[in-house]
Amino acid sequence: MSDNGQHFVADHVKGLPRSGIRDFFAIVAAMPQAISLGIGEPDFVTPWHIREAAIFALEKGKTSYTDNLGLIRLRREISSYVEDNFGVSYHPETDVLVAVGVSEALDIALRAVLNPGDKVLYHEPCYVSYSPSIVLAHAQPIAVGTSAEDQFGIDPERVEAAWEPGCKVLMLNFPTNPTGGVTERAKLERLAKFAIEKDLLVISDEIYSELTFEGEHTSIASLPGMQERTIFLHGFSKAFAMTGFRIGYACGPQPLIEAMMKVHQYSMLCAPILSQEAAIEALRHGAPAVAKMKEQYHRRRDLIVRRFNEAGLNCHSPKGSFYAFPSIQSTGLDSLTFCKGLLDQQEVAVVPGTAFGPSGAGFVRASFSTSYERILEATDRIERYVEKLSKKA
Amino acid sequence: MSSVLQLLLEGERLDTAQMAQVLGMSESEIEAELTRLKAEEILLGWRPVINADRAQEGNVRAVIEVKISPERDGGFDRLATRIARFDAVESCFLMSGAYDLLVFAVGNDLRDVASFVSERLSTVEGVLSTATHFMLRAYKEQGYLLLAPSDGEDKPAVSP
Repeated sequence: MSDNGQHFVADHVKGLPRSGIRDFFAIVAAMPQAISLGIGEPDFVTPWHIREAAIFALEKGKTSYTDNLGLIRLRREISSYVEDNFGVSYHPETDVLVAVGVSEALDIALRAVLNPGDKVLYHEPCYVSYSPSIVLAHAQPIAVGTSAEDQFGIDPERVEAAWEPGCKVLMLNFPTNPTGGVTERAKLERLAKFAIEKDLLVISDEIYSELTFEGEHTSIASLPGMQERTIFLHGFSKAFAMTGFRIGYACGPQPLIEAMMKVHQYSMLCAPILSQEAAIEALRHGAPAVAKMKEQYHRRRDLIVRRFNEAGLNCHSPKGSFYAFPSIQSTGLDSLTFCKGLLDQQEVAVVPGTAFGPSGAGFVRASFSTSYERILEATDRIERYVEKLSKKA
Repeated sequence: MSSVLQLLLEGERLDTAQMAQVLGMSESEIEAELTRLKAEEILLGWRPVINADRAQEGNVRAVIEVKISPERDGGFDRLATRIARFDAVESCFLMSGAYDLLVFAVGNDLRDVASFVSERLSTVEGVLSTATHFMLRAYKEQGYLLLAPSDGEDKPAVSP
């Protein structure tokens, strides 16, 4: 055969779309002068004391494998951090697994619990990997749309309506990338009740929880009867600005962690020890740096939301994360056309909402993880772009 | 702390209109707050933080430990203020420990600073002794690293 090996690719992988972000990245990469609001990571560098802890660990010769579950010192820190901040108690010996970022934790959670053909409910727009991760675990994704009217929090009624026989897992991510949506406690309680009623396992990715600007973050794992049916996922990338360290963790009931550990040990073996050492330092002494970064994100959020609304793009105020998700429906353009035009005419990059699922249509994601000056310049240009569009129309 | 002051301390160069945008205040509110901060002598002035090596400014800076005798009325304050008034003095602090005042001085060259110490500072009545240390190289200036390579070049411009 002369298809260059194409016929070896598995069917379910062939069927996966390339990430919309990747395609857009290729365009932006050719324009280094553009102002990018497309960056899905903190613009802060990891606080020095955390980097220094990694260097010190390297100096001491910490270059080995660790326990599959992760260093017990780190698991103890995670256990007390989660108890203090989320009100859920996990045993460090058996209920905590350190993974290579939440991405890996999510992947092994899905692979550990899903049988071929199982169905997974997840809300959308969402992080780009959710649906593909479900497909890669040979299961069937069922999207539940969220909308601007609910500020992209989840509506339990829609989840209940989307449920069908064969649903095994409900995936949640609040605050959400790309919308900044959160779901208030009362709605989570209703979802919890539904999960119990339908015997659903909840996988909750709470990577942006520290960056909650209004109200208190509630983890569904902390609700009555939920700890035993929830895999709580968290990590260091966002709050501690440690994306490149690739370190996250999963907490859950022992049998589930044990099952995840099997997948983890045969694929990843363990998370890098240097990142684990850095994570220990982050949990022990990182709180002041997190608070300082959060304060800046908060001010930037208020600024970008105000500027979008002034520019004529209706934008709700995201209650968490560092993303604004303005509607571009008033321009009459679809998301991708809007983004390409903006990049072409004003050299500003934002990500089409459709990169995060079909219900992102009519929206764009703008990261405010950048300086005030760049936010001001970028939103000025967006305002000019929108003005021109409305004159044309 | 005042939000205006906090924003200034973050160190981004923003004009009044931009500050008003960032803080969601009107320009006149920002102006009023800046006026208040100045009037109450909380905000003393505006100076850029520069890398003197890069700016190729030939200035020489020194740190001088000064012992002085306190006075019956006013302790160290009168003498310290008198020393601080010299143009060559950038900063001046009362210290605990082996000496009394820590003086940061600047001059065009070594001789300039040396003559300030020997002719001006040492001869002030009440100054008992001085020990001068010349600064050789700056690594961090008011929160800014001077030798660190710039970050972020490998960061993708768009990421999930």
